[in-house]
This record gives sequence, C-alpha cells and structure tokens, in this order.
Amino acid sequence: MPSLDCIVIGGGTNGLACAARLARKGRRVLVLEASGTPGGGAAGGEFAPGFRSPGLAHIVHMIDPRVADILALDRHGLRYHTTSLASSALAATGDHLRLDGAFGASLTGTIGAEDRAAWADLRARLMRFAAALAPFRGLTPPRLARASGNDWAQLARLGLGVRRMGKTDFREFLRMFLINVWDVLNDELSDERLKGLVAFDATLGSWLGPRSPNSLLLLLNRLSGEVAGQQGALALPKGGMPAVAAALASAAEAAGVRIRTSAAVARIDVVGDCVIGVTLANGEELRAPRVVSAISPKTTLLSLLGPRHLDTGAMMRIRHQKSRGGAAKLHLALSALPDFMGADPKTRLVIAPGADHVERAFNPVKYGEVPTAPVMEVVIPSAFEPGLAPDGLHVLSAVVQYAPHAPKAGEDAARAAMLEATLATLESHAPGIRKLIVGQEMLMPYDIERRYGMPGGNWHHGELSAEQMLFLRPAPGMAQYASPVPGLWLASAGTHPGGGISGASGWNAAGRILQEVRA
Amino acid sequence: MKVEPRLHFHNLLLKTPFHARTSAANLLNQWGNWSGYTTALAFGDEAMEFSAIRNAATLYDLCPMVKYRFTGPEAAACLDRLTLRAASKLSVGGVHYTAWCDDAGKLLDDGTLFRLGPEDFRLCCQERHLPWLLDSALGFDAHVREETEEVAALSLQGPCSASVLQAAGFDVSSLKPFRMATFPFGSGTLMISRTGFTGDLGYELWTTPDQALALWDHLMAAGRAWGIRPIGSNALNLARIEAGFVITNMDFIPADQAVREDRTRSPIEMALDWMIDWDKGHFNGRRALLAEQEGKTSRWAFVGLDVPGNVPATGAVIYAGKTREAGFVTAAEWLPTAKRNVALAHIERKYMKSDLWADIYALRELQYARLMLPVTVTERPFFNPARKRATPPGRF
Repeated sequence: MPSLDCIVIGGGTNGLACAARLARKGRRVLVLEASGTPGGGAAGGEFAPGFRSPGLAHIVHMIDPRVADILALDRHGLRYHTTSLASSALAATGDHLRLDGAFGASLTGTIGAEDRAAWADLRARLMRFAAALAPFRGLTPPRLARASGNDWAQLARLGLGVRRMGKTDFREFLRMFLINVWDVLNDELSDERLKGLVAFDATLGSWLGPRSPNSLLLLLNRLSGEVAGQQGALALPKGGMPAVAAALASAAEAAGVRIRTSAAVARIDVVGDCVIGVTLANGEELRAPRVVSAISPKTTLLSLLGPRHLDTGAMMRIRHQKSRGGAAKLHLALSALPDFMGADPKTRLVIAPGADHVERAFNPVKYGEVPTAPVMEVVIPSAFEPGLAPDGLHVLSAVVQYAPHAPKAGEDAARAAMLEATLATLESHAPGIRKLIVGQEMLMPYDIERRYGMPGGNWHHGELSAEQMLFLRPAPGMAQYASPVPGLWLASAGTHPGGGISGASGWNAAGRILQEVRA
Repeated sequence: MKVEPRLHFHNLLLKTPFHARTSAANLLNQWGNWSGYTTALAFGDEAMEFSAIRNAATLYDLCPMVKYRFTGPEAAACLDRLTLRAASKLSVGGVHYTAWCDDAGKLLDDGTLFRLGPEDFRLCCQERHLPWLLDSALGFDAHVREETEEVAALSLQGPCSASVLQAAGFDVSSLKPFRMATFPFGSGTLMISRTGFTGDLGYELWTTPDQALALWDHLMAAGRAWGIRPIGSNALNLARIEAGFVITNMDFIPADQAVREDRTRSPIEMALDWMIDWDKGHFNGRRALLAEQEGKTSRWAFVGLDVPGNVPATGAVIYAGKTREAGFVTAAEWLPTAKRNVALAHIERKYMKSDLWADIYALRELQYARLMLPVTVTERPFFNPARKRATPPGRF
C-alpha cells in the first residue's frame, strides 16, 4: 500500500499549483524539486556577491486567477509593489513614451493625436479579442477525434462567448487572429516607439519575429492573462519572483503537499504498462500510483520515461516538438541607479526602437548568430525596494532578445558577444551605465536549459506558437494532460495553455486528473 | 544490379543479380514491377510452373524483397518494441513470421525475422520502412540499415527441393522448418533457411550478389534430374493462396500508405492476433490493440471462403443476405492442388453469422457474366501437406 497518491516531478509554478489542487481534494502529494528551492523559472539566486536576481522571469504578467484566489496567495505572503506596472518605450534621444495602466491604457509623451486615437482603438480591440480567448486558458483542450469525450456544453458556451462579440468584431477577429503583429502595427500605427514595444511584447519568449506568421496570437495570449483581476496588466511582486514561488510553496504546504528539494528524478518506473513511481538520482525509489510531471514533456517522455514505453509515432511527435529559446537573461550588479535619459526607473524600460528593429534582431539567430542591436525589457527591482542588492547599490534585470540557442561561434563566444551587444545597447540608452557595473551574469538559452531544465532554453517548455497550441500542445494525441502511459500525467508549461509563471497548466492538469481518477 | 545514381532515369526498374539468367529463361518476356525491380511474372507455361512447385522443384528470384539488418546489444529489445512477437525469444539460427503496427495498432507490414546472431537480425518484408525503423531504434543501442542490394536471394521450393540441395552438395537433412544453416559456397558462404511462401517443403538461399549467377547455375544443374525450373510471380501467387498467406498491399493496405481512414487493419482484424506477445512488455500499438481486444471493437475479420463452382471470385463484393454489403475479396483462385474454389476476404464482423453471398463478375468474351453465389467461411490453409514439416525431409 503506497503511502502516496501522487508524485509531482518539478517544483515550479505549475508543479506547485497542480500539487496544491490535488492536495486540497485530499490526495497525498509529494513534490520533488531537483534544485535547492522550489519555484522553477520564478526562483532567484545570488549572481554576484551580495546581489540577488529577481528570478528567470522578473515580471508577473499572468497569474491564473483560480490559483491566486483559491490558494489565497496573498495570505501566503504575496505582495506587489504595483499591479499596474507602467512601461517606458525608450528612445535613444530621451524622447520616451510612457504607457500607464494595463497594456498602455494611457500614453504620456510626444505622440500625435492620430496615433493616440489609433492606439486607443487597436488596444481596445485586442483587449476584447484577448478577453474572448481568456476562458480557453482554463479548459482541457478539446480533442478532434470522434467520441473523445469533449465537454461540448462548455465548448459551446465558450464558442458562443467568442461569437457574442458582434458581427463586425467577429469578422475582424477572424481576420486578425492568425495574422502577424508587424502587419497589424504598420496598418494601424505610425509611432515607431509604440510599434517597437508592441512587437517586442508579442514575441517575448518566443521563437518568432514580429513578421513571423501568427505572431499576433502570442500577443492575444499574453493579453488574455490577468494579474489581480486586471487583464493584460503587469505586476511587480515584493521580493521579486522568488516571492511568488515562496507564496505558492507555502500555499501548497498548507494544503498538505510535501515538498522535497534537491531531489532530482532519474527515472519514471513502469511495471506492466502502469506507472508505479520514480527513482531518484541517488537511487532512492518512491512509489505512487500516479506521477505528474511538471517539467518539460520532452525531458519527461524521452529521458525519464524512455522510448521503450512509448510507441514510435508518439515518441517522434514529442521529439519533433519545437523548443527553441530566443531570450537571454542579463543580471547586472550596479554601484548606482542608472539614468535612462530621465525615464522613470520604476517602470518597465523597453528598448525596442521599432517593429523593424525587433525583426532585425531576430534575423541573425535564425542562422545561429548574435544580433548587434538586441531588443530588451529592463527592470530595476532595487529601485522599488532594497533587499536584492546591498544598501545603495542596484540590481538590473533584463530579458534580451534574440539570443541563439545553438550558436555557430560556440557557446562562450556567443555569450560574450551577446553581453557586449547588450551592454552597448544599454550604454546608448543610459550613458555611463557600463561604469556602474560591479557584477554581471548573462544567461544564454543554453545556460537557461542547463540551469532550469527547459529544452532549448525555451520558457514555455516547447515553443508557444499556433501549431503547438491547444490540442496540439505538447504534441498531437497528448493534449489532455494524460501521457500515453497509464498513471503518468503532464502538467508543465509544455501543456496547454503554456508558460508565464501562471500555474494554469498545473491547475488544469490537476482538474483533469481528479476528473479521470475518482479513486 | 547497381546503377549509377545519376543515370537512374535510364533504368526506371532495376535488374536483380539474377537478371542475366531470368531474362534468358523468360520465353514469354512477361515482366512485372516488384519494389522497383524487373521480375518475371511467368517464364513459360504458368500451369507447368505451378505444377513444379507442388511436384518437383522451382527457383524464384527473391532479390526485390526488402531486407533490413538490426545489429547491436539492444537489437532484440528494439525488435521486441517494434514487432508483435518477441524477437528476444527467437533463438540464434531461427526464423519467425511476424508483423508490426503503428501507434494505433494498425498493420504496417508483415515479414520474416531471421536471427543471424545474438545481436544480429535480418527483417524481410514487402514494403520500405527505413524511416520508421530508424525512428523505432532511437533510444536503443541498436543499428538499423537497409541491405536489400547487398543480398542475393533465391527461393528453392517444392517436394524435391531437399533432394536438389543434397545433390548440390548442401546437407539440409537435419534442418527443421524455420531454422537456418550456413555452408561454404564459391569464394564465400551460402545461408540456407527452411522457409518459403508456398506452404510446402522449401528453402530460401541467401548469398552475395557476386555469387548469384554461380548459385543459379549450380542449382539448375543439380536439379535437372528433378525437373527444376524457374517460376514467375503468377505461379507463386497461386501457391501462396493455397497456403493461405497474405501479401501486404494485396490483402491489406499498410497503415502508413492508406489514404482512406477505414482502410487500415489491425492484426486482430487480419487474423494475425496469434502473433501478439502481450507479456513481453510494451510494443508499438500495444495499448490500442489491448483496447481493441478488451472492448471487442474489431470491425473486420479476415477469412477464407469456399466458393461453389470453378469461377474465381476475384474482386467480388460479399453480401449478407444478398442485400447488405458485408465485405470484399482480396484474392481468389480455383486451387489446382486442393481442387477447391476459394477466396480470401474481409468480412465485417457483425455479418459473420449471416448468410454470405459473393457477387462475382466473370469476364467472358468482352462481357461480364454476373454470379451471385453462396459462400461459406472455411479454415486456412487450404493446402497443408505433412511433407512441409517432416524432418528429415522426404527424398522425392
């Protein structure tokens, strides 16, 4: 008689959300986290003596409301500096554009009246479309096969929800939802700073340029999330993303989940075509009738489970799941607050001088090269609170795109080139910043893969793109959180709806498990 | 024979290593395309060729048969996962008939698996599968390659085949069915397996292309007293129907080639479920097949039919109660040895207990004569002589 109902592999946001939901329904759940602290992409760490990074992710742009509310993350210590983080679209001239409120509800700066009106219209339309898509995030993806047990009533309600936007909007929705963001921006806007910022946001964390097909869909996906009841908003948690991880871990433990850190799983054990548990890297065997993997589906199925428990076709579908990461992460330890030509340091500082500029930053990585003028979003958490850096000193955290996940020049050379290109770009927007640097860390996609176990360094454990969404995520035939092997479930960002420190995939997976396994 | 790849368009069909002999013997000049090779459909009188299969000794050029080689410490494990039977239980020097499926438990092909060594297998089949086999070997310490062009193979079949081999200097008297042995031959070796596609006493001979013509000449000379003759695919097809064997793409469509969703067949539907080793661990399609077996969801049955009269029910549609379509015939012949008119057919399981009728269109002098005949399901094989199994083999 195993003492556990369920083992969850991976103590990231999805693993914790999944475990907590299962435990709340009375299941005995053990979470196994390979690293020393739970949190996955939300976990931070010291990158220079006395300086801590705010996590691989550094801004909350979607926390699944079910996770936040039902687990009462606020009672477990989650506090925000702001749930309405403003963005500054930086110009090298100092003529910045400031976007306040959710997804630029208001604009401050020199911008023409025509663009203001066009932006208000485009923003409202995109927010409406995204809102119509939002309910799909909480859903087990439907299957296309006949008699596959879809919840047709729920699907009909959601379909009706999309249809209820009215004929004009619906027609516009159909026109736009698989289009590329570059076309949309150039159709409707002329301000390069604004176009650059939106093009950057649409492609953040993906392997798409603004002109890649379907890139608007990623923006809609991003805007369909919410933080603290605000659709499309950005939030900065006190203590950085590690605080989100800590709140989730605390909530999970309060629900009865046991969390073991430094417990790397070496193998998923199968007997008679049923999962019986896992074996840890240290040889310890843990037994449970159900194993939920909240780490990448690729790693789960190909490394931990192994091909001999999979059919050839399924194995090849998961092998072919695209998982290229294009985002690098820069952490700088600074001796003083840098001056981005007067831009408010308590905003998200975006360096993406135009939609074409973002596209040009994407071009080199297609060939395994480093861009000379990367685009980035910069957050200075120490401008909000002390703690991450020694008193009076500062931490700068930047997501920099695009970085090659498989550089031609070799990993170290590419990392050095990426760092130099990034620092040069920062210097041109914050003159003198290089003199302030006392410590630095540049994580390339391959570094992220090694440290966080994300194949290709892709944040979503598999690229988020139209052909890998919904019932195609992570691979056709595995989209409903069940793996092909009875007893093994998938719950990572590699499953619907994807990553973003939201916990939605884990929460959905737990719901599916509870529905299927009524034992 | 090897063709300069750049000049492939000069030869849309390849010639086998035996072509110099088969073309000289082909009095009718009747050729067909088998897996990209020119092969004889008949050399002369088809009835005489068939008669030789059942009464004397025959040679059939097997070179176009697709051959794959699996080697490495986990070759057996890889084949266990790939195929329906347990390759790991096949002893060295043994051969078994097997089949393999896709994820959905639908047949991709059937074939014979030869265990040449502890870590060395040859898989022979009708269709080409290299990408699927390479994909299936990922994660196993096993190597897969195609070796169709590296092997020259001949099928020596008929009740006198053992005598012919004895006269040729190869002592196969102790060789049991589905076993193989190696003999020195010319500058190399000859592997002889007691296998075949005629349902009769017979052997398959495997060597390298450079030895092909010498082997042909040696066997034709040694077999003269027993009336040895080359046969074409038409005579062999008649023999295999008597034996009740199926041919991929003639009796079922491989799942990876089927365009229409309902054309694929599971091994249960093709009456090959006896092969399935449920206890060896996971294999491709196992979960789907288990669900099919437990849920009794098989839609089709593959059966032998007795047809009255002597008109072959070729291509006939099978009706239940003369009105509802219940299935179709994939092969039909009047069998010269068994003296029976039979067919191989797919029948929808729900009609298996109905009265079945074959709607036969027989072309007679430019005009179809239509026959609606009652048919009955019957056992396969239709011809199953004891001499096929006797060891030592009969000296005819």
